[in-house]
Parts: sequence; structure tokens; C-alpha cells
Amino acid sequence: MRHTKKDWLLAGLTGLSLAVILLLLAVLLGQIIWHGAPVISAEFLTEKPGADMISGGIWPAIYGTVFMTLLMTLAGVPVGIATAIFLNEYASPRSRIAKVVRLAVNNLAGVPSIVFGLFGLGFFIIFVGGSIDSLLYDDPTPVWGKPSILWASLTLAVLTLPVVIVTTEEALRTVPRELRDASLALGATRFQTVYKIVLPNAKGGILTGVILAVSRGAGEVAPIIFCGAANFLPYLPTDLRDMFMHLGYHVYALATQSPNVDAAQPTLFGTVLVLLVLTFSLNLLAVIIRARSRAALRP
Amino acid sequence: MTEQVLDAGDGRAPAVNSRRRTTLRPRRAKSKLASSFQTPLWHRVAERTIAVLALTAIAAIALIFVFIAREAVPMFWEVEFAEEVELRDLFLAKEWKGYDEPVFIWQPVGEPAKFNVVPLFVGSLKVTFLAMLMSVPLGIGCAMFIALYAPRAVREIVKPAIELLAGIPSVVLGFFALMVLASWAQAAFGFHFRLNAVVAAIGLALTIVPVIFTIAEDAIQSVPQTLTEAALALGARKYQVALRVVLPAALPGIAAGVVLGFGRAIGETMIVLMASGNAAIMEVFDFTTSVRTVTATIAAELGEVAQGDPHWRVLFLLGVMLFGVTFVLNIVGDLAIRRLQKKLTAES
Repeated sequence: MRHTKKDWLLAGLTGLSLAVILLLLAVLLGQIIWHGAPVISAEFLTEKPGADMISGGIWPAIYGTVFMTLLMTLAGVPVGIATAIFLNEYASPRSRIAKVVRLAVNNLAGVPSIVFGLFGLGFFIIFVGGSIDSLLYDDPTPVWGKPSILWASLTLAVLTLPVVIVTTEEALRTVPRELRDASLALGATRFQTVYKIVLPNAKGGILTGVILAVSRGAGEVAPIIFCGAANFLPYLPTDLRDMFMHLGYHVYALATQSPNVDAAQPTLFGTVLVLLVLTFSLNLLAVIIRARSRAALRP
Repeated sequence: MTEQVLDAGDGRAPAVNSRRRTTLRPRRAKSKLASSFQTPLWHRVAERTIAVLALTAIAAIALIFVFIAREAVPMFWEVEFAEEVELRDLFLAKEWKGYDEPVFIWQPVGEPAKFNVVPLFVGSLKVTFLAMLMSVPLGIGCAMFIALYAPRAVREIVKPAIELLAGIPSVVLGFFALMVLASWAQAAFGFHFRLNAVVAAIGLALTIVPVIFTIAEDAIQSVPQTLTEAALALGARKYQVALRVVLPAALPGIAAGVVLGFGRAIGETMIVLMASGNAAIMEVFDFTTSVRTVTATIAAELGEVAQGDPHWRVLFLLGVMLFGVTFVLNIVGDLAIRRLQKKLTAES
């Protein structure tokens, strides 16, 4: 086929837009690594921040982020996987219940993160926590009805739920129909088929989806602003009802509320780099697992 | 929870079943799963648990709406609220003392406090519009290049790169816009305000491009090969095929991507909170002034407000409105995607 000038023009324009995006991405990563890497040291990663939040390290923020992410995973992932199994293996796609669940999942995915923050505050802290307090304690000082790592994790678990569901469903869909049919034809029940045939075959895909969802949740800041993230907290959370420091929230607080942003800049870039490394290593892990499970599926 | 239950099984149960089910009963195999009496109890328990957990998403969306509204609606009857704020002042312009014309103004700490939500929505729409102006052409351009022109090697690099971009936490993008882009943009364009709508929009565009790209690329890829081949066979040039065959066929999908990207942009918090300057100025056309969006207002102000305060109620009302807007956008985007699937399967 002969390429005319107009062909080159279209290819050039679309290629240009791609170049712009890749360039911005490269600049972003380059800047963060360039300014952030010199800050990273053993002390920076393992020490508590100083009273001015600029000196010292960011260990409580790293610990808080990881702790919160684990809690969130424990709370949200089983529910997400169960929902995906229900949608893909049990409910007929045309049934009303499946349609409603799907609609809810799609809408949940589009709810703004700050609205999740309001939800965490209004539901988990004020309603659930407040109810526990008024049932158990006469004392008016809140025990459960205040921001804490537990409520922040649960809020984020709801936020990541749709991601887990959608990706798990995709993984379940890659399992060939014939396998299920064969299993059912041998007399296995639907549950045995799911548990012995479908889940083992979809394991890689499900794991990929879970990790992607977790990495998304680890970096979210807006929902936890009112649900448990602390501005400055030089000790580690030991109880589910403690508040915690979070890498992303630390970046936000330091960048917008610090009296001396210029002095904070190195610490900021270092913290951002740590947060990026954390989320990217999760993403990378997901990519590797996906590649492996795809290779395993190929005959 | 389910997983622990799933792990507790042993391999003995199927053997019993396979002996019982030697006669061909396809219908039975489909419908009588949980009720056949030889299945172990925990299978039935697990199945029930799965069915119940599957309702969580529905419960979540309902609870979100109910519990945000619960904090907002008392404004309609509360005396304390009525004493401080008039409901119509939330939406209509008012001539406050000291002003010579009716104005829309958001000034929660002023005396009296002024809670007009219009400047905030103008701010949100302004930043979102600007971000869409940048990200729609970029996203669709990238998708077309990848789907139509890029060699396989380029595709293999670019798709993970854009996934990488999508995986960057928004607080990092906000930080990048605040620390790096803002200074560069000011040096390049001579902005009066260092943080302004343009800077925030560039940051936002970085989150929306992956959304639009992914959906648009999917839509373009799913245009049946037969359509392009037919067009080429009729002597069309490649750019003609791209612009007059592929693009129109993929249009509903691309539109869905744009709608979902819009919903994402209007709900994005951290980037605008950090990079937009956060001054609630009622200025529709000047993009170089700083803006305050709905999301940033909630994030910045809720922490300092007492529970049940009129200001608190108004912030939750903003949340309800935001929820409503994105809910509608999502349903529209969803319908568009479904229509595309129907259209393409019917044509091919």
C-alpha cells in the first residue's frame, strides 16, 4: 500500500501525542528519582521524623502504609473474589441479581475517592464506631468512634473492592468453558468445579488483579484524610484503634502545610520516591505473575 | 474468609458423586447443586457465603449514599442551620452587606459565613474542562497510534508504560504538578499565580489519559477486521480507513472513555487540592487564576469543622452532589460501552 502525505500526517500527529505522554512520564520519574535518590539512606528509612517533620526519617509512615494496606487486603479481597465467583460461576448473566450487582460494581468504581472519605467518616466512624461506643461505654470520650487505622483500612477496602471484582472476573473468564463442562460432566458439583478446577486455573490472574487493587489502595490519600491518617505521629500504631502515618498523606501534609517548603523539599522527594517504589514494585510483581500465568496457560 | 473455608476440603467428595450421577441428567446437574444431599456441609456453607458476600457491592453503594446524605439532610429542618444559613443562598447569588451587586461567594469563615456552592462547581468544571481539552486528543491520539500504526515492539513497551502512569498515586501527580510543573509553567507562560487552573489541569490530564487511552484502544481494536479490509479493498487509503471507518465504528467506545474520564477528573481530589491554588474565585473564563474545586474544598475544610455544624452539613451536601454527578456519568458511560458491544456484534 502506498502512503500519502496525509497518512504520514495522521501517523505523525498520533505519534506525537504518544511522545508527549511518554515524555511527561519520563520527566516525572526522572525528577523524582533525581531529587529523591540522594535522600534515601538507612536512617531515612528506619528513623522517626524529627519534631519539625523535615529532619529524621519516615519509618512510621512506611510502617503505617504497609500495615494499613495489609488490613485493607484482608478485609476487601475475600469479598471481592467471592463476588467475582458469584457473578461468573453461579449467577446467570441475564439474571436480575447479577445485573444489579454488576451495576453496583461499575458505579462503585466511579465514586470519587473523597466521597469514600466522607463515607468512612459518616458510616464507619460516626455510625459504627459511635454505636459501639454508646453500647459499651458510658464514658463520652470516643474509643471506637474516632479516626483509626481500622476505619481507614475498611474504607479503602470498599474503594478497592470493584477493582478486585473486575480483575478476578477477567481471570475467571480466561478459564476455558470446556474444563468446567468436563468437570460437571464427570459429576462434580458446581462448587467442586469452582474450587478444584476454576480457581486453580485462574490463580495467577486473580493474584495479579489483587495486587493491582492493593497497589491502588496503598497510594490513595483522599479517603484517609479524615479516617485515620495522622499528620505527625512519631510512634507506631500498635492497636487497631490507633491513628497512623501514611506516606502519601505525609507528602500532602508536608507539601501544603509545612511552614518552610523549600527546606522540606529533599524529605518530600525522598518520601515520594519511597511511595512510588512501593506501588511500582507491587505493579511489577503483578506484571510478572501475569506473564507467568499466561505462559502457563499456553499449550 | 471464603478462602479459608475453601482450603479446608479434601478430594474424597467427587468420587461419591460421580458414582451417583452416571445417568444423563443435564438439567439436574445445572440446577441442583447445593441441594444434593451427599455434598459436604461446608460446600453449602461456602456457597451461601459467596452469594451473601456478592451483595456487598450493592450494600456499599447504598450505604455510601445513605450515610453521606444522613449528615447533609438535617439542614432542611435544623434550627441551628436555619439561623446561620438560608438554603437558597447555597445556590443563588445574594447581595451581601458591603457588596454592591448580588454575588456567588464561598467564604465559610466569613462573618456571616457564605456558603454558595456555585463557585466551587465552576472551579471543578473549569479544571475538568481544561484537563479534558488536553487529555481527549492525547488519549485518542495515543490509542490510534498504538492500534493502527505502531509496530508490535513499540506496542509492547507503550502499553505497560501507560499502565505505569495509571498506577502512579494521585498524590504523587499532585506533588509533581505543585513542585515541578508549576514553576516550569510559570517560567514559560508568565502566570500571575504560580498555582492555577492550567497547572492543576495538566496534572489531572496525566490521570485521565490512561483511562481514555485504555477504553479507546479497546474500542478501536474491537472494530472487526472485515470492515477495514473491505474499505482497503475498495481502494481507500489508510488514513481514510482510520478516520472514516475505524474511528466512527469505535466512536461509542471512545465516547464512553471520555465520559468515564470526565467522571474521574471531576472527582479527583489530591491533584487539584495540591496544585490549583484553592482560591474560590468566581471566574469562568480566565484559566490562569487559581481555582477551588468541590473535592478540594471537602478535603481541605472538613477536618477543621465541628460535627453537625452548618458548614459540616454543607460539605456533606457537596459530597452528595458529587456522588450524584459521577453516578449519572457512570451509567451513561456504561450504556455507551454496552451499545458499542451490541453494535459491533450485530455488524460483524
